[in-house]
Amino acid sequence: MNAPEKKKLRVATCSLAGCFGCHMSLLDIDERILTLLEYVEFDRSPITDIKHCGKCDIGIIEGGLCNAENVHVLREFRENCSILIAMGACAVNGGLPAQRNSLSLPEILEEVYCSMANGIIPNDPELPLPLNKVHPIHEVVKVDYFIPGCPPSGDAIWKVLTDLLAGKQPELSHELLHYD
Amino acid sequence: MAKTFTIDGKVVPFEEGETIIQAARKAGVYIPHLCYHPEFKPHGSCKLCTVKVNGWQTASCTMRAGENMVVESNTDELNSERRTLTQMLFVEGNHFCPACERSGECKLQATAYDLGMMTPHFDHFFPNRAVDASHPDWMLDFNRCILCSLCVRASRDVDSKNVFALTERGIKTKLIVNSKSGKLGDTNFSVTDKAAQVCPVGVHIRKRRGFAVPIGERRYDKAPISDLSHEAAVEVK
Repeated sequence: MNAPEKKKLRVATCSLAGCFGCHMSLLDIDERILTLLEYVEFDRSPITDIKHCGKCDIGIIEGGLCNAENVHVLREFRENCSILIAMGACAVNGGLPAQRNSLSLPEILEEVYCSMANGIIPNDPELPLPLNKVHPIHEVVKVDYFIPGCPPSGDAIWKVLTDLLAGKQPELSHELLHYD
Repeated sequence: MAKTFTIDGKVVPFEEGETIIQAARKAGVYIPHLCYHPEFKPHGSCKLCTVKVNGWQTASCTMRAGENMVVESNTDELNSERRTLTQMLFVEGNHFCPACERSGECKLQATAYDLGMMTPHFDHFFPNRAVDASHPDWMLDFNRCILCSLCVRASRDVDSKNVFALTERGIKTKLIVNSKSGKLGDTNFSVTDKAAQVCPVGVHIRKRRGFAVPIGERRYDKAPISDLSHEAAVEVK
């Protein structure tokens, strides 16, 4: 009798207040993504276009929190994922979007939308409301692992994922650990 | 026979009057530090260099070495506390490495790498301190200050200009410029000052010189800060 097929780990990923650069970096693992797919299957992710996160073993979050929808999606991930990983500077410490935190939100919106003639601040009810300040994700939910970097290299992401798949505490060497 | 003590079991010789960190450096033993600089009197404020001497915690930059002391430094317990101190420094300021001219040359960043800091852990303060760009050749980004007082000490003790000072106390402590306007442009500060050479982070920035060294070739890209070869390298900005 054949051995039952090994159950694959289910992985979800998303980009909140990020630039998708970390997801591009994830693709920098190149052909290793084929090896990865022997061990994992993707749930919600830009790769699958599934809209909501189901029960997952690992959730990977790119980007910080700049609006109410980001918070909603992050909470959905936390509820559904056994392990939650903050991927990249914005998820880890707010990153570039958080550089707006020294300005007041009305000031920013007026500067961006009202500095030109007839400009108005968009207020369609479908638009998520911006948060007063941008926050890294660990300020809102418990985060299990962090991969710093802007973006982290494909090698760093690969190292963390393969460490986790091997049941080890992820560790990045001097070459792979950077904040820029 | 030289007097000796041990750090993590290694025998380290010392001369009378030397501090633990001074003797350790000579013996090639790295003890993490940020406010300590071999050319200046110790300040003892960052507490990164805390070690255990005969079981008691103390700052190794201010504690004189003594015969037969048993010093612990590179232990999980001490490194975990050092990591926490480093995390607190990261959240108290605005240390956005991707946009900082000192990234790759920054001792705070390099120390955090060396301690394996994966996250700042605490809630960020996101301070909003005005940048001082009043000087023609120099700018000060106070959002990156870790209050090590090295520029204060260098300007006072080496340059004899007393351009900088730490003011207020506790969490309100901040770096200021000693001029009536409080602006660097109204002082006799010069880019050749020693005070311009000692900032471990990215407060002191030379204008028109940002990002001169490509990523991969910066000081701490090549070797971690615990590699003491950095200590011999001349500070160039």
